[in-house]
Amino acid sequence: MADASHGTPGTTIEFGSPNELVDEFENPGIPPHRPRLADRDPRAEKRAERQVALLFTISVIGTVLFFVGYFFIPLNDTIERLRLQNLTLGLGTAFAMLGIGVGIVHWAKTLMPDHEVTEDRHDIRPESDRQDAEQMVNDILEESGIKRRPLIRNTLLGAVLLAPLPAIAIFRDLGPLPGNVLKETLWDTGVRLTRDPSGTPIRASDVTIGSAFHVIPEGLNEVEDMLEEKAKAVVLLMRLDPNDLNPSPGREDWGYDGIVAYSKICTHVGCPVALYEQHTHHLLCPCHQSTFDVEQEAKVIFGPAARPLPQLPIEVDDEGYLVASSDFQEPVGPSFWERG
Amino acid sequence: MSSSTATQDFVPKTRVGKVTDYVDSRVGGSSLVKEFGRKIFPDHWTFMFGEVALYTFVILLISGTFLTFFYDPSMAETEYDGSYLPLRGVEMSVAYASTLDISFDVRGGLFMRQVHHWAALLFVAAVAVHMLRVFFTGAFRKPREFNWIIGCVLLILSLAAGFTGYSLPDDLLSGNGLRIIDGVMKAIPVIGTYLSFFLFGGEFPGTAIVGRLYVLHILLVPAVILLMIGLHLFLVVLHKHSQYPGPGRTNTNVVGYPVGPVYAAKAGGFFFIVFGVLAAIAAAFTINPIWNYGPYDPSPVSAGTQPDWYIGWVDGALRLMPGTLGNFDLEFMIPFPWGTNALSLNVLIPALVPAIILFTLMFAWPWIEGWVTKDTREHHLLDRPRNAPTRTAIGVAGVVFYCVMWAAASSDLIATHFMVSLNDVTYWLRALVIIGPILGFMVSRRISLALQRKDREIALHGRETGRIVRLPHGEFIEVHEPVDDYKLYTLTSFDSPRVSQPTPDENGKVSRLDKVHGRLSRFFFEDRVAPVRPSELAASHDDHHDEVAGTKDRESIASR
Amino acid sequence: MKALSQRRRHPLAAVALLLMALLTTGGIYAAASTANEAQAQTTSFTANDVEEGSKLFTANCASCHGMGATGSDAAPSLVGVGAASVDFQVGTGRMPMQMDGPQAQVKPVQFTEEQTRQLAAYVASLGAGPAIPSDDVLDASEGDTAAGGELFRVNCAMCHNAAAAGGALTRGKYAPALDGTSAKHIYEAMVTGPQNMPVFNDANITPEDKQDIIAFLDTIGEQGSPGGADLGSLGPVSEGLFIWVAGLGVIIAFTVWLTSRSS
Repeated sequence: MADASHGTPGTTIEFGSPNELVDEFENPGIPPHRPRLADRDPRAEKRAERQVALLFTISVIGTVLFFVGYFFIPLNDTIERLRLQNLTLGLGTAFAMLGIGVGIVHWAKTLMPDHEVTEDRHDIRPESDRQDAEQMVNDILEESGIKRRPLIRNTLLGAVLLAPLPAIAIFRDLGPLPGNVLKETLWDTGVRLTRDPSGTPIRASDVTIGSAFHVIPEGLNEVEDMLEEKAKAVVLLMRLDPNDLNPSPGREDWGYDGIVAYSKICTHVGCPVALYEQHTHHLLCPCHQSTFDVEQEAKVIFGPAARPLPQLPIEVDDEGYLVASSDFQEPVGPSFWERG
Repeated sequence: MSSSTATQDFVPKTRVGKVTDYVDSRVGGSSLVKEFGRKIFPDHWTFMFGEVALYTFVILLISGTFLTFFYDPSMAETEYDGSYLPLRGVEMSVAYASTLDISFDVRGGLFMRQVHHWAALLFVAAVAVHMLRVFFTGAFRKPREFNWIIGCVLLILSLAAGFTGYSLPDDLLSGNGLRIIDGVMKAIPVIGTYLSFFLFGGEFPGTAIVGRLYVLHILLVPAVILLMIGLHLFLVVLHKHSQYPGPGRTNTNVVGYPVGPVYAAKAGGFFFIVFGVLAAIAAAFTINPIWNYGPYDPSPVSAGTQPDWYIGWVDGALRLMPGTLGNFDLEFMIPFPWGTNALSLNVLIPALVPAIILFTLMFAWPWIEGWVTKDTREHHLLDRPRNAPTRTAIGVAGVVFYCVMWAAASSDLIATHFMVSLNDVTYWLRALVIIGPILGFMVSRRISLALQRKDREIALHGRETGRIVRLPHGEFIEVHEPVDDYKLYTLTSFDSPRVSQPTPDENGKVSRLDKVHGRLSRFFFEDRVAPVRPSELAASHDDHHDEVAGTKDRESIASR
Repeated sequence: MKALSQRRRHPLAAVALLLMALLTTGGIYAAASTANEAQAQTTSFTANDVEEGSKLFTANCASCHGMGATGSDAAPSLVGVGAASVDFQVGTGRMPMQMDGPQAQVKPVQFTEEQTRQLAAYVASLGAGPAIPSDDVLDASEGDTAAGGELFRVNCAMCHNAAAAGGALTRGKYAPALDGTSAKHIYEAMVTGPQNMPVFNDANITPEDKQDIIAFLDTIGEQGSPGGADLGSLGPVSEGLFIWVAGLGVIIAFTVWLTSRSS
């Protein structure tokens, strides 16, 4: 069958070869027109006419329905009422539009002539036009003298290349330069850990094993650029069995009796890593599923992040409240070129 | 438009005639009517997607204009006191509060918001399906390459329009979307941090971004889209519409219905249909329930945070990329004389590489294929997708690649809805994003070839009628009914380019480029199925007596 | 009926069908609303309750949790988890566990309310732990839904979804959807932290805050979506699927009708 299905050599001719016209099926032309029901039967024609009129009437009813919804279903602060109004307005519009649309198309399909018509294509670029145009362009160039006067041409070129630069430079004030702000947060020695969003301080004894607190630095709600600071400073506070934690040398005193605080901003692209599984001690980012293991200092164990979440060193002040012992030791959030 | 001498003596009689003449003699409408009044457009359902895109765009302009009257793109803090109870008294931006007001306190505002958002989703989907139609039927070939490019630009613009709009309500979902954009931007080497600071007017989230996106969304992007649509349609008129091969259709004609009245009625009516369908959807189905998400705040996040479908694939790629390969971190710290700089390949690769692959192939495709086929003719007759198996297969591979990434963007929903592990879904999709396109390529190419063979069978041996006939000498055969001339022509009239072998130059050498071309040509056309030729058909009728019996049988049926 | 079936190939049939379908969907949705009822529960146990609970425990739970509920390799110790924990785990059907898996599934409740109470009494007698909340604590009618919403978004939405539609955790675990969950069970889940859910003790989220959260969940559960069917409240993915399948499907049906020849 391979032979037959691939075509035997000699019976198929590559396109463009002179025999092409010889061994090819003749175009039989447009198939004969088949009259429609409405073309043959005056009653069908009349029926189609009535159907179109009915569809246009449905559209009118739809418009009326819209006004009923707009004026006679007053909103009263309940969701039910709003839902009903939305439904009425929507269905009214839908009927109004579909009535017109379906009606017109039905009219075109059943009552307007349905003979297919052939139209010839024309050359996109007739050769005579091309010659005329070429001549014209040559004349224009000649008259302008741009070829004969290289000094004018070159200086113009230079001017045109330089002129857009101010248009780019003028956008410089879209924003300030980054400076050092990405490396600093509101956390500092002695800043209390407080609940998000209320801003009430947290005692170490409040944090029982298995708890997770969403934390902001004290005074965050009062600063002017609150959202910008919050976008860097949010922290997740958890208490584990101290035996489950494996702090590396130098970081033993960053927690307090099993209480640890990690930045909530993902080191991947910055979503809040807010999902804490209290038995596995995993932190999961709901945006791209990066998973961090709190037992291993928030090391990445799955997903697209490449860097552990920064840990906030904490201690307890005289009144028993949790406070930061310092700012984060590294920039929080997604990495950036100057992070270093 | 020269002043016509014929109209000098023309005196309109009816009132409509007078008005028409008044306008016509000032704008030259007669020549326009002459040019377009009876212009022919071929009719096929797959030709309607461009219209769907155009109409949804018009609906977007209408509904969007309504929304601008009530929306306030300010990120100033305010306390909500509208009618939605679960948010009353909550601190939020003015932008979010005004979007809530549109939803809950402006009559018809919720409906308009839902029409606008549903129309946006449908707009990008229609653009995508329209482009797939153009790709799979080869409508991008000469002379339509530039119009394909304009289409590609329109796709990118529609993504831009969609994304800038998605972020305007300043809700938690879109805010986290912006946060991701910020993270991706900061990963760009050298200029990333500056870009982010310039876009957000300082540190993320700042108070500038919503206003800036608003200007882009309602002014710049739609204006450029309109311009591109104008160019696009101008070229469509210039080229005249392409058509599927079939009886009566040639490369030098257009067969279809005249604009007036049939095509204009259908196309005009279709606008109302698209609007009606969108209105019905907006009436009964919620979209983007921003009141659920709450105002943007950098601390909370919702499970199932995804972008709209057309951006979803980039999010999916971000999810699929592992941060470390074995013990190899994909985030590098590069020591330079002035200090250490960070390079996050775990963000850069998924954010840029799939997009670069898809868009480069898309933009370059007309020239890639043109180079492989070495075909410089104009094509106004379309390919049926099966008759260009390799192109079809490459298109399917692209679609699979895209779909796997979109699936990856919903990996958490797949996990919860099919009760499987989130991690396993990610592992499987990581494999599938590589294997899927290859499988899609192979399977769809085989299906195309099989369909071509089926066409050959039908052309050569006719249609199986399902009737079993016993011949006088006892043999049973199934009667095959030869197809009529029209069907036969449709099945056999297509180009089937052959493998072109590289030819040595006068020194007997084959250049490296020619070798590459030869290999590509083999890759494209090695498995070609040639169309049936009349001589073949005649030979087949002589060889196989069962067809003859079939023909006789048909005659006997006809005589009955 | 005959007339109807004859017309089903009519060009307008598709349109009529579509409109009917949309009308029905919208109508049903507008009509449907669910109401939760909070159950009354007493928190005081008698010695008899403890006795009966002990017997039930030995018969049904001890194989995994060990005699005296001190735990085994298969299951944790229940000393000090409190009556609330038992009431939640047994009262939602999660315990006894049907099979080993990433987490205990909700299934039809295995014990009567009385038996659940007795089991809770027994476990509560083993060590101090969170008690079953009383009715006045659960009364959400006083709760501030807006404050509850804010707390919910900060503390709960990342796992349970902003519309409480549920979400995925790692390795097959998940946070369930919260619609239809009683106020008591929501409260108990917060104070006990079942499975991998963190504990939200009264120092973290005060009982008043918990009331607010319950009031918020009640409100969003009852009111439904103002825009019509909520497509599972799953966000852009279900919206995208909907427009591709239903939206584009209907549009394509219209294009096919529009370009087909009339009979």
